[in-house]
Formats: sequence, C-alpha cells, structure tokens
Amino acid sequence: MTEALDPWPYVVAAYALGLAATAALLMWSGLSMARAEARRERSRGR
Amino acid sequence: MHGFANPSRFLRLARAVMPWLLSPGLLLVAAALWWGLTRAPADALQGDSVRILYIHVPAAWLGMGGWSALALASLSELVWRHPLAALAARAVAVPGACFTALCLVTGSLWGRPAWGAWWVWDGRLTSMLVLLLLYLGYIALADAADRQGDGRVAAIFGLVGAVNIPVIHYSVLWWNSLHQAPSMGLATLSGRGPMAPAFVWPLLAATLGFSLLFGWVVLARMRAILAEAQAEARLRRMAIGAGE
Repeated sequence: MTEALDPWPYVVAAYALGLAATAALLMWSGLSMARAEARRERSRGR
Repeated sequence: MHGFANPSRFLRLARAVMPWLLSPGLLLVAAALWWGLTRAPADALQGDSVRILYIHVPAAWLGMGGWSALALASLSELVWRHPLAALAARAVAVPGACFTALCLVTGSLWGRPAWGAWWVWDGRLTSMLVLLLLYLGYIALADAADRQGDGRVAAIFGLVGAVNIPVIHYSVLWWNSLHQAPSMGLATLSGRGPMAPAFVWPLLAATLGFSLLFGWVVLARMRAILAEAQAEARLRRMAIGAGE
C-alpha cells in the first residue's frame, strides 16, 4: 500500500502557473498593441 | 459581417468593447479562483487536488474553443475573403496555444496526485498535445505565409486542423482512458448532471472570466497586427514615393 501524496503543492503550483501565464499574456498583448499603434501614429506624422 | 471589414469601424468597436472584457474578466477570475481554492468543497475521492479543476477546465475549453474560432475565421478567409478574418485567425493562435499549454501542464500537476503519473499516452492527453503542436505549426506557417503575401496555406491548415477538436472531445468515450468522462453539459446547469452544484458554479465563473480575458487578448492582438500592417503599408508607400 502506498501513501497518498499531499495535493497542496500541486494545487498551489497549478494556480501560480495559471495566474502568472494569464498575467504575462495580458501584459504582452497590451504592450505589443500599444507599441504597434504608437508606430502607426509615428508613420502618419512623417 | 462585411460591415466590420472596415478597419476604422473595427477599431471603434474594439476600443468600446475591450474595457467591458478586461475588468469583469479580472474580477470573475479572481473571485472564482478564491472560491475554488478556499470555499468549494474537496472531492470525496480526489480530495483537495480537485481544486486544479478551476484552472484546468477553462484552459482546456479555451484551447479547443480557440481552434474552433481559428477554423471559422480560416473558412471565412477562404470562402468569403473577409479582410479581417485572416487577422482574427492569427490573433487567436498565440493565446490559444498558451491556454492549451496551460491545460497540459495543470493536467500533469493534477495527474501526479490523482493517478500517480505526470503523463500517460492516452487518447485525451495525446490529442490535446496534438492540438498544441497544431497551434505551433499554425503560428510558424502563418508567419511564413504573411512574409510571402499569401495566407491561404495557413487558412487551409487551420481548417484541416479542426478535425482534432471532435477527437479531443470524444477521446474519453472512444478509448479506455484514465481521464474522466465529460461531466459538464446542459444537465449540469439544471443540477441533474454528474457534477455537484458546489463545483459547478465556481467552475462556470472561472470559465466565463478566463473567456472574457481571452476575448480581450484576441482583440488586442488584432489591433496590434492591424496597426503593424498599416504602418508597414504607409512606410512602403513613402519609400516608393521617395524613389520616384
């Protein structure tokens, strides 16, 4: 008979990864959108 | 549908809709995960590891839903030549790949305490891994196709790849699997499904919250790709004008 694993480290790792990945995706999308729109505005001004 | 093909009209709509996706999405995700982590009960058989459900299932839903949207946009690009369809398909690819990868990693973290294994080569896990590889293939193909000015190959790939979506869904019914059978459906919402309401409500809130954030990311990617294309076109016109 094997002893059951403590699930909490796995739960905490899943939540931390989920939140970090979502935050990174939101920031990357927002920053690349802002950069691209600023580049378009600069090209209009030339 | 072609009314939204006008970039200015699309931009106006996207700018108006995006705040309504971001703030409610963040609030719902925060509330649902707090609920799932501290208030929802532990499962009778799996104990506290079931709390991974509130991240894993929305990630799976968005990975599969993302490819379904990508396939519809590819169809619209090929059949109706909708100008924003190619943009939408490309915008979905990266967040779709991210949520598919998140589904695989959180599934692995759930599998270790529940099954005693990080990974098993069964139908559900393998078809989900195939979905991630399809996303990566699409991103590479769309990038190469855009540089050559013909996006049809990427659109055909997006359409053909949709064959994997029903395979993922029915894999737990077609083949023997450690993965549980589908437990979400219309019967669940009426309280007659295999999942108890105490698990269902935080799961629905998390799925809706992550879906709103996914929508925000897709619109932000579409705006970024559109702005890049407009800046490139303007610089090209200026270069041609200067050369004449």
